[in-house]
Amino acid sequence: MLGRTAASLFWMSRYQERAQNITRLMEVAYRGAIMAYDGQAEGHHWQFALAGSGAETGYHEKHDELHSRHVTNYMVFSKDNPISIRNCLELSRNNARAVRTGITAELWEAINTTWIEFCDTSPQSVTQEKLPDFLAWLSQRSHLFRGALLNTVLRDDGYYFSQMGTFVERADNTARILDNQYWVLLPDNDIIEDGSSERYQWSAILRALSGRRSYRFAYPNAQLKAFNIAEFLILRREMPRSLAYCYDWLADTAEDLGQFYGSREPSLDLAADIFKDLKEKQMRDIYQEGLHDFLIDFIGKNNQFAHQLCEDYNFA
Amino acid sequence: MTLGCQIWPAILVLINKASGEAMSDTSGFFNEMLEQDGSPRAPYSRIANWLQDKPNSFLTKKSRDAETIFRRLGITFAVYGAEEATERLIPFDPIPRIISASEWRRLSAGIDQRVRALNAFLHDIYHRQEIIRAGRIPANLILQNEAFLPEMAGFTPARKVYSHIIGTDLVRVSENEFYVLEDNTRTPSGVSYMMENRETMMRLFPELFQTHNVAPVERYPENLRQTLESVAPDPAKSEQTIVVLTPGIYNSAYFEHAFLADSMGVELVEGRDLFVDAGKVFMRTTRAPKQVDVIYRRIDDAFLDPLTFNPDSMLGVPGLFDAYRAGNVTICNAPGTGIADDKAIYAYVPDIIEFYTGQKPILNNVPTWNCSREDDLAYVLDNLADIVVKEVHGSGGYGMLIGPTASKREIAEFRKILQNNPSNYIAQPTLALSACPTHVASGIAPRHVDLRPFVLIGDQVRITPGGLTRVALKKGSLVVNSSQGGGTKDTWVLED
Repeated sequence: MLGRTAASLFWMSRYQERAQNITRLMEVAYRGAIMAYDGQAEGHHWQFALAGSGAETGYHEKHDELHSRHVTNYMVFSKDNPISIRNCLELSRNNARAVRTGITAELWEAINTTWIEFCDTSPQSVTQEKLPDFLAWLSQRSHLFRGALLNTVLRDDGYYFSQMGTFVERADNTARILDNQYWVLLPDNDIIEDGSSERYQWSAILRALSGRRSYRFAYPNAQLKAFNIAEFLILRREMPRSLAYCYDWLADTAEDLGQFYGSREPSLDLAADIFKDLKEKQMRDIYQEGLHDFLIDFIGKNNQFAHQLCEDYNFA
Repeated sequence: MTLGCQIWPAILVLINKASGEAMSDTSGFFNEMLEQDGSPRAPYSRIANWLQDKPNSFLTKKSRDAETIFRRLGITFAVYGAEEATERLIPFDPIPRIISASEWRRLSAGIDQRVRALNAFLHDIYHRQEIIRAGRIPANLILQNEAFLPEMAGFTPARKVYSHIIGTDLVRVSENEFYVLEDNTRTPSGVSYMMENRETMMRLFPELFQTHNVAPVERYPENLRQTLESVAPDPAKSEQTIVVLTPGIYNSAYFEHAFLADSMGVELVEGRDLFVDAGKVFMRTTRAPKQVDVIYRRIDDAFLDPLTFNPDSMLGVPGLFDAYRAGNVTICNAPGTGIADDKAIYAYVPDIIEFYTGQKPILNNVPTWNCSREDDLAYVLDNLADIVVKEVHGSGGYGMLIGPTASKREIAEFRKILQNNPSNYIAQPTLALSACPTHVASGIAPRHVDLRPFVLIGDQVRITPGGLTRVALKKGSLVVNSSQGGGTKDTWVLED
């Protein structure tokens, strides 16, 4: 396989995952913004979506106020925002198109049809009332992509590279969303331990990572607690967006790739090390180390893994 | 003829009510479906019958289905200059164009003769240049031609084949008269449309394939691969590494490049995926570099190798040409094949055929005036309103004058351009192109067509039965290029 093909498969998945994550952030922001009773200004909720995706600075260069209309345009349709859903979908499709021969018809159609229908949608037609339906549609489309990938792609090197794109991006996204508001996840701040002041942020974080419902099943008393939420999203391997889950996949996939090629590359050991660390760590250790420092360190290691992968397999 | 009687109602249906345009119109051009008296010609008899009881909404719906299929599969071509929607669909007409077995036998014999002669010509002009010595072609027409590559002189490619993939453009003007319009010996495109059009037709109208014995086109990729393997530097090697070299996803024919690589089961590479080391060409893979034996390139000569040709090219592979001349890799088509389809050389192709094969050409050239010749130029200037003038190096239907449809002002303006630089132009009479039944907004109407069969030359000459029919969708239009609003049709060669 060409190094460029491997790179394209990796980025095809990575941009799909990013589009999905931003869709979810927008869903959370929208939900917060329409609920006036929590006492927060509407702009605060949109801020959550901008900050969680790293688009804050770019947005404020264009707009002075946090306005739902502007945020929606910037995050969903804008060509100027490098991580807008539009740009993610286009970049994903361009990468898929560059390896059109290396992916299945089902996968291509899932990506291509999303892009065509997205382009057919005029931004004006997505009013605030229609935004949730549109976001739900985007979310469905990204699940179709994952489904097509898992169900139709041959389990060879191409499959492994596309899996790794998904999980590198997902791990990065989870770590950033946690770090973005890490202080609400510090148990020391949860003084009365009823979470009354952080309740909104907690559920927003869980929702942004598709964990609102599954949290209840993972923690029998179902009570929202900073310690549990952090543990759930960092260390619990049954949570499909936790850091530990992502590295469980990445370490396995790197191992499979190594076996497929019959040689052990540095990226493989890197993934194994990161996973081992997450597997052995307790939440207490992480708090001791400092949650923010831990997350920043993780984001760095995750990047390092992606770089090593490029290096080991001649990504062009 | 009893069949004719049954068919009469069909012809009534085929009248386009809105414009009064009738499918049975035969004024001034050859109608491929219908005889002068309105009865269908033999190859079309079943289709005419089938069309007869179909309401217009049926074909409209089928056209829409076809469009959905094309769009979802990403069968698009890029349009340059348009900021939005740079990928467009080529309009697809659902009524097939039909060629009988005997018509095809004659056509393919003519094509076979022509592509052999053109390859012999290429070998000659890059070696002893006997055709110039014999005084059959003026030396300056070749030696001073931009498409002639001195770098190729003295080099002999595998099997002496230069142009492995040729798309011969043909037009029909009467029952038995076909003309060759262009030879396309560089990097002809369109073959993916030939294949996808057939796939689409089989999905839309399976019933028609039960009643017609249509020669299949699906073996093209396999034949292409055999052809490329047969010209590898070391044909004895058990496994040849073949690649398709594309300029990338923004190229207008990118879909086709991907399609061909996929259907042959080979890698689709860009210049940056290849490198030259110790005179050999390798591709950068996720593991060790892999040596490449044959490159089916879909980029122009000038962009192949920045060290030998255009130094600014970002598309090519530095050192590729040296590796080629060292005999370590085969490039298909060979660099320098453009001289064989140069519009100034075109007028000499009948001589070229006679010179190298000793036979009369089976297929005719369109009579051509070479504006670099004084007599020809005088004639052209006197008759601008009746003829077509083309740029020697132009393509895609740009930079040309179609006299009969041009305004007086356009003709006057073109006259000046032509007088300023006559050797840049050739001229041809306007041909009464044949027309085929085509689905238009108000029904079925005759539209002008051409035909590009695809030819492969390696260990043998392989011609896929059929080819790409391009159709001018505008009434009366003679320009079939997709960049100018032309569409395509599936082309059926019936087997006996």
